Amino acid sequence: MQSAFKGLRRKLKRYMPLYIMMLPGLAYIIVNNYIPLAGLQLAFKKFKYAKGIWDSPWNGIKNFTYLFKTGDAWVIIRNTLGYNLIFIILGTIFAILVAILLNEIHLKKVQQVYQTVVLIPYLISYVIVSYITYALLGESNGMINNSILVPLGLQPASFYTDPKYWPYILTTVQLWKTFGYSSIIYFATIIGIDKAYYEAAVVDGAGTWKQITSITLPMIKPVIITLTLLSIGRIFYSDFGLFYQVPMNTGLLYDATNTIDTYVYRGLLETNDVGRASAAGFIQSVLGFLLVLGTNAAVRAIEKDQALF
Amino acid sequence: MSFYGKRFSVFANIVLILLSLTCVLPLLLLLTSSLTSEDSLMHYGYSLWPREWSFESYKYLWYSRAQILNAYKMTILATTVGTLSNLTITTLMAYPLSRKGLPGRYFFSFAVFFTLLFNGGMIPSYLMWVQVFHIKDTFWALILPNLLMNGFGVIVMRTFFSTNIPDEVLEAARIDGAGETRTLITVVLPLSTPILSTIALLSGLAYWNDWINGLYYLVKRTDYYTIQNLLNRLIASADFIANNAANSALTAGVTVPSVGIRMAIAVIALVPIMMIYPFLQRGFVKGIVIGSVKG
Repeated sequence: MQSAFKGLRRKLKRYMPLYIMMLPGLAYIIVNNYIPLAGLQLAFKKFKYAKGIWDSPWNGIKNFTYLFKTGDAWVIIRNTLGYNLIFIILGTIFAILVAILLNEIHLKKVQQVYQTVVLIPYLISYVIVSYITYALLGESNGMINNSILVPLGLQPASFYTDPKYWPYILTTVQLWKTFGYSSIIYFATIIGIDKAYYEAAVVDGAGTWKQITSITLPMIKPVIITLTLLSIGRIFYSDFGLFYQVPMNTGLLYDATNTIDTYVYRGLLETNDVGRASAAGFIQSVLGFLLVLGTNAAVRAIEKDQALF
Repeated sequence: MSFYGKRFSVFANIVLILLSLTCVLPLLLLLTSSLTSEDSLMHYGYSLWPREWSFESYKYLWYSRAQILNAYKMTILATTVGTLSNLTITTLMAYPLSRKGLPGRYFFSFAVFFTLLFNGGMIPSYLMWVQVFHIKDTFWALILPNLLMNGFGVIVMRTFFSTNIPDEVLEAARIDGAGETRTLITVVLPLSTPILSTIALLSGLAYWNDWINGLYYLVKRTDYYTIQNLLNRLIASADFIANNAANSALTAGVTVPSVGIRMAIAVIALVPIMMIYPFLQRGFVKGIVIGSVKG
């Protein structure tokens, strides 16, 4: 007993410098990540700014009933989940396609130029992206109206007042900004595939399509599963920049552009409706977490190696 | 390496050239818009090849250069302070977690990983930063929330250390009498430049591009605005610059090119990234690939 205790003490002494190294990082995750978790209780309280999170009075599930009564809840949940589903499906297909094409470029230098260029949109902040989309779509001086629709004799479109265009616009912008990033991940996997498989396939007379479907796709399946799993885990989250900046925070478009994240932001800082916003935030955090656990368990049941944890 | 034959490779080139154009042309549009005369913008709109070129937007920016330069200074300051702190904290967290003998290693690793799965969301974070730590309208608003350390970065770096630094090397350093801190600095870090530059690059980009912290936490102290915050503010109020500049006698008699000037500021914010990106491209691609491998 005494010696075990002594051993532990010696061990702790030896590793003490390592524990001290971790202090700043641990302090940061406690402050930035763990304390706000306790703040989730705000969803069940009537928030008084002067009293803060802890001392505001409880009010049961009133925030939730209020949130669902207005109909806002359905719009933001539909938009968040709907857009994410489209982004996951189209984004994955598009990225794999680009990765396969990149692999077909013989000259290393040229291949590198393409790789460099497709990543450019990823480097640009959403504020600047919103300026670019405005230059394209602006009503009176946008390029699409002035240089395409009007010269063709068509009616100019009022993109910033009509929500019907926005599912297409947001999907296009999102794909444009992220396809380079994910295609590079798939590309890195494809160049790792053993060339012998393809040589054998050619000997057997397999064509392009056959090689893609029976060698490339099965070989990159683990990566597809991992990345899709990560995106499904984040399906209750939306890119605040995309949904807030690109539509330029325009009220007329909320039906097509309001997601949980933009709703929470507006509730907190624009419309001063902390109750409903924190109820929406609570749904996002908790359902998002359960979904990660659920999808991970499902993958673990089917293919153990590809589970995240 | 081609497996599918020549015709497919020609097709691949054509598609990739078109995709590359869609990545570059929008930036070109931004640049030419900033160089279009206000008249031509009003009548013919934005276009890739303006009818009338003009430097008036940039000339006007020169008049209000104090504001622009200040925002630039804040961007550079926040990016430098933020990136260096992030790199330091991430390394100090990741290295101990990579050490196989460390008691409690799995507990601490899980504590980091868990932050990626579950978080309290924006409202509790905001109220905590504002009411407990009082960072509203301070410089720290640009540095602390969300960007200072990322659990993903810690996990990626930990994995790098434990797969790339052989135990024998650490053991040898210990026998030589080196303490943990000295081992980290003189043995581990020199072997880890790829991962250090990757984390620095990703963190630097996040700080340079961030406008969300400024949107949330900088309300009165607009003198702390970075370039991105300034751009964000200009969407809602185009006269944010004009208002400030109107006070200065320098601008008397100058018409304000309100449409072009935003594009000019956006160009100015983009130029540094686009200039250094080609040199960092390799590290960047490597970072994306390393980051995608599960930790």
